[in-house]
Amino acid sequence: MRRSPLPARRFVVGTLGVVLLAVIWELYKLLGPAEGVVLGGVTVLPRTSDIAMPHLWVMAARALEPVTGAGAAVPLWRAVLDASLFTLGISAVGWFVGVTVGLALALLMQRFRLAEAAVLPWIILSQTVPLIALAPLVRRWGSQIQFGAFSWESWMSVALIASYLAFFPVSVGALRGLSSPDANHVDLMHCYSAGWWKTLWRLRLPASVGYLLPALRLAAASAVIGSVVAEVSIGLRGGIGRLIVEYAGAAGGDPGKPWAPIFGSVLLGLVAAGFVGLIGLGLRRFRRGEVAA
Amino acid sequence: MSGLERDGAPGEVPVAAPVAVPGAVSGNLAVDVRGVSRVFAGRKGASVTALADVSLTVAPGEFVSLIGPSGCGKSTLLRLIADLDTPTAGEIRVFGKPARQARIDQDYGIAFQQAGLLPWRTVSGNIELPLELHGVGRTARRARAAELIELVGLSEFAGHYPDQLSGGMQQRVAIARSLAESPSLLLMDEPFGALDEMTRERMQNELVRICAETSAAVVFVTHSIPEAVFLSNRVVVLEPRPGRIRDVLRVGLGDTGGRGETLREDEAFFHAVSQVRELLHGEAPAGARGVEAR
Ligand SMILES: Nc1ncnc2c1ncn2[C@@H]1O[C@H](COP(=O)(O)OP(=O)(O)OP(=O)(O)O)[C@@H](O)[C@H]1O
Ligand SMILES: [Mg+2]
Repeated sequence: MRRSPLPARRFVVGTLGVVLLAVIWELYKLLGPAEGVVLGGVTVLPRTSDIAMPHLWVMAARALEPVTGAGAAVPLWRAVLDASLFTLGISAVGWFVGVTVGLALALLMQRFRLAEAAVLPWIILSQTVPLIALAPLVRRWGSQIQFGAFSWESWMSVALIASYLAFFPVSVGALRGLSSPDANHVDLMHCYSAGWWKTLWRLRLPASVGYLLPALRLAAASAVIGSVVAEVSIGLRGGIGRLIVEYAGAAGGDPGKPWAPIFGSVLLGLVAAGFVGLIGLGLRRFRRGEVAA
Repeated sequence: MSGLERDGAPGEVPVAAPVAVPGAVSGNLAVDVRGVSRVFAGRKGASVTALADVSLTVAPGEFVSLIGPSGCGKSTLLRLIADLDTPTAGEIRVFGKPARQARIDQDYGIAFQQAGLLPWRTVSGNIELPLELHGVGRTARRARAAELIELVGLSEFAGHYPDQLSGGMQQRVAIARSLAESPSLLLMDEPFGALDEMTRERMQNELVRICAETSAAVVFVTHSIPEAVFLSNRVVVLEPRPGRIRDVLRVGLGDTGGRGETLREDEAFFHAVSQVRELLHGEAPAGARGVEAR
C-alpha cells in the first residue's frame, strides 16, 4: 500500500496551497495592468479593477453583511449556506441513484457478456447528450408523472439529471473493477465451486474497490456540477446554482456578492469529495493490493 | 484394467521395491486419466493438440510428478484433473467420480505457480477462505487455520497481509490453503517455481513432511528434475507436440518419512536424476517403453 503522508502534513500542504492562491490573486490585482492582458484581441488575464477582481477581504466582509438592504434580511453567508445545503441534498440523492444504477449496470454487464456488448455503447453514447438539451426534456416528462399522492417535483428533475451524470463513471469503473481479478483467482473460486454470487462477494467486489473509489469521487463531482447546472436550466429556486446566476447580476454595484455562492459551490465540492474520502477510509483494507500484488 | 503399471526400467533404481499399486478398480484410485486428449481450437482452423491420448493413474497417498519441456501440456493435464477445463476426448475420474463431481465435493486442494492470495485478507483469512465458502463455522475455521499456519511454520505471521510476506512465505500460505479441507488429493502446478534454490529445498522438505502427515496423493508439476526425483514415488515424463507421456519412472527413494536432507547426496538419488534427464533429453526409446507409457 502506498504510504500517504501524515494527515497533519497533508492538511498543512493543503492550507499552503489555498494561501498561495490568495497571494497570487492579490499580487496580480496589485501589479497587473488595469485593462488586463490582451493578446491579439483576446483577454488572456482579467482586468484588475475592483469590480472584476474585488479584494479577498471585500468578499469576506460582504459575506458577513445581510443579503439585501431590507431590514429582515439574513446575512449573505447564511443564505449561501442554506442554498448549498439544499443543493447538497439534491446532489446526494442524484449521487445515490446514479451509483446504484451504475453498479447495477456494471453487475449486469459483468454477468452477461451479451449485456456488455448491448449496453456499453449506449452508456458511452448517453454522455454525449448535452445537459442543456436534457433538462427541458426531463422537466416535461416529469411534469406528466403523477399517481396517487405522488407528484413529480422540480427538484426530482434536478436530482435525475445529477444521477444521469453520476452513473456513467460508476458503471464504467465498476465494470473494470469487477473484471479485474486474475484468471488465477477466478480459477480458484471455480475450484471451490463458488457460484457467481459468492465469487462476486468474496472476490469481484473486494477487487473492484480500487477502481470504484475514483469512480465514486468522479460521480460525486459530476452530481454536484450536474445539480448546479440543472438548477439553472430547469429554473429551480433555493439552490446554489440559482444563487450564482442571481447574484452575478449584482456584480456592478456589489462586486463582493457574486463570489459568495461561488465559494459555496466550492465548499459543496469539498464536502462531496470528503464524503467519498470517508468511504475510502472505511474500505482501505481492500486497497492493499493496489501496489503489492 | 488400469492397475498394472510396468516401470520404465525395472531393477535399475536400487530402492525401487516394486510396490504393487493397489486398486485395479478405478474406484480405489485417487486419479484415473483414461485416453484423454485436449485440442485447443485456434483461429482459422489451426488447432493445438495440447494432450493426445494420455492415460495415467495415481494411487491414494502416491506422489506423482509431471515433468517435461515447456508447452507439453503439464498444466493442461492438471487443469483437466481439477475440472478447470474439460477434455476433448477421454475420461477423468477422481476417487471414482467424474472430475466435475470431485470438484464439487472438494476432493482436492490446489496450488498454482503464483501463490494467488487475496491481498485484502490476512494469512489466516486466506487460509480460511475455502472453509468460509463451504459454510464452516467461525471457531472451527479459526482453529483449522491456526493448525495449518503452525504446520507451514508461519505462526508469527497469522495476522499479516500477503504484501508483508516474502514470496516463499506467500507460497507456504497457498499450500496451507490448499490443505485447508484436508483433501486426499493435492494438485500443484510448479508451486515452487518462483522461489530461490534454498527456499525451494526447504519447501520441498516441508512438503514431504506435510504429505507424510496428511497421507494425501499429490500430482505435482515441475520443471526441476531433482525436485521431481526428491519428492516423487513416480516421475511422469511428458513430450511435446502433441503432448503425451514418454515414460514413467518409479523412483521410490524410501518412504516419505525416511526422506530427508541426506537423500539429496544419495547415490540412488543421482542415479534417478540422470535417468530422468536421459528420458527428458533423449529420444523416446522405441518398443517396450513406448507401450509402457499407457
Ligand atoms: N487456453 C488455451 N488456449 C489455447 N491453447 C492453449 C491454452 N492453454 C494451453 N494451450 C496450449 O497447450 C499447450 C500446452 O500448454 P500447457 O500450459 O499445458 O503447457 P505446460 O506443459 O504447462 O508448459 P509450461 O511448462 O511452460 O508451463 C501449449 O502449446 C499451449 O499453447
Ligand atoms: Mg504450465
